[in-house]
Amino acid sequence: MTELDVRPSTPARPATGSLVEQFEYGLDAPICLTWELTYACNLSCVHCLSSSGRRDPRELTTGQCEAVIDELQRMQVFYVNVGGGEPTVREDFWHLLDYAVAHQVGVKFSTNGIRLTPDRAAVLARTDYVDVQVSLDGATAEVNDHVRGAGSYATAIRALDNLAEAGFEDAKVSVVVTRHNVGQLDAFKRIADDHGATLRLTRLRPSGRGADVWDELHPTAAQQRELYDWLVGAGENVLTGDPFFHLAGYGESPMPGLNLCGAGRVVCLIDPIGDVYACPFAIHDTFLAGNLLRDGGFGQVWRTSELFADLRSPQTSGACTRCQFFDSCRGGCMAAKFFTGLPLDGPDPECVRGFGETALAADDRAATIASRRPADDHSHRTAPAVRRPVPVQIGTRPGPSAPPVSACSESPLAGFTRD
Amino acid sequence: MLDEAWSLSSSVALRPEPFGALAYHFGTRRLTFLKAPGLVEVVRGLGAAPDVRDALTTAGIDTAEWPTYVAALRRLADTDMIAPRTGGSA
Ligand code: SF4
Ligand code: SF4
Repeated sequence: MTELDVRPSTPARPATGSLVEQFEYGLDAPICLTWELTYACNLSCVHCLSSSGRRDPRELTTGQCEAVIDELQRMQVFYVNVGGGEPTVREDFWHLLDYAVAHQVGVKFSTNGIRLTPDRAAVLARTDYVDVQVSLDGATAEVNDHVRGAGSYATAIRALDNLAEAGFEDAKVSVVVTRHNVGQLDAFKRIADDHGATLRLTRLRPSGRGADVWDELHPTAAQQRELYDWLVGAGENVLTGDPFFHLAGYGESPMPGLNLCGAGRVVCLIDPIGDVYACPFAIHDTFLAGNLLRDGGFGQVWRTSELFADLRSPQTSGACTRCQFFDSCRGGCMAAKFFTGLPLDGPDPECVRGFGETALAADDRAATIASRRPADDHSHRTAPAVRRPVPVQIGTRPGPSAPPVSACSESPLAGFTRD
Repeated sequence: MLDEAWSLSSSVALRPEPFGALAYHFGTRRLTFLKAPGLVEVVRGLGAAPDVRDALTTAGIDTAEWPTYVAALRRLADTDMIAPRTGGSA
């Protein structure tokens, strides 16, 4: 936790102040909670942010999962993003889904579609408060299967067919934008439209196995421009953020996003064995707050973890303090800095002012990156194990004509500025 | 609005937070932050009050601030966070 010790001891929360200022001090419960139900997965996607593949024998039991849901209900965590691994490979997945919904915890789950049979699709179509995201990273089998594995395109399309036939409304086709699929945006849109679904584009992050392929797969600067132009043309029918809930702050203009790192403040991850991390993109001991089985439940960890107390203070910002964009950027994404070997109190690797690029170029970061490898890797042992430092290379960015978007933004255009 | 009867929408839940409360609409999945503790009290009191005027009075809101509060309530009404009570008291 040494990297985090740069923060001053937690000051008291101010009585008034903007919502973002209030968020800096944390909320009584998360508003953006991800729960990865299993590390088991039938696939071995090269960019998996949780390095999933093999089931962890310590995985929470059905009873333990129900207890977590009971607690989320008590804490009024109104919905949870469920993922994995492939969550539906858990035998009790559909039971847990029903259990959550019955306890006022809405569920948005991400799946590769493997268990979305016609029967399941029919049940889902009758269930309120459930949102389904089918992952697809290529609009053709060739492009998709290159990243997600042989047969995965057919599986996803079959799942979308089943949902559409069952009358499930507004499923999401969730695409991580990469260098290989950015030219297929129209085709993705057609696939979504044909299934009465909505296309959702997200950003590739250097987390989990994503660290190994980020350099090859993250869109080039020219492709970001292509994407930008395409999105402008597509209008409001394509999602680039979180579709499940909208933020609105009373007393200020609608917030474009969090505009601060929400980790441990409003964002949180529960992993398959009950470990609680500050953010789903930060699976590493440095960001491990505790374990809900050992440490008295999720609420107890959320309220009393030292790590979270540490994170719930105004971000210190080194070089960023004097930046004109600090108010809207606040130094960017903690996880991205961490896994690219940058200091946590400095600028983001994709800083719109180019400071990240300078930091990436100036430092010999290999040793730092190696020390920041997650200890726990659940990748299939047969999966192509590319294990080398993140060779980050960021294309030249246009000048900072506009402030960066929210640090937490899932938008594939996060950090992109049109000159 | 002052003379009308309103209440929290049936699909909305309020979660107390240090700065006020967070309102979540299960239908639209919209999350709204009520940043003023006074507003939280007014919203909570709507259902039991005969009208908005009474809810404001009960919450101890200074009459000078009523226009601000009514504007805030209208915004909450726009997103169905609060709803008019029809057909008598709820
Ligand atoms: S734009 Fe760059 S320098 Fe400015 S606050 Fe963000 S990361 Fe720091
Ligand atoms: S800014 Fe990065 S580390 Fe912080 S909550 Fe968002 S994704 Fe996680």
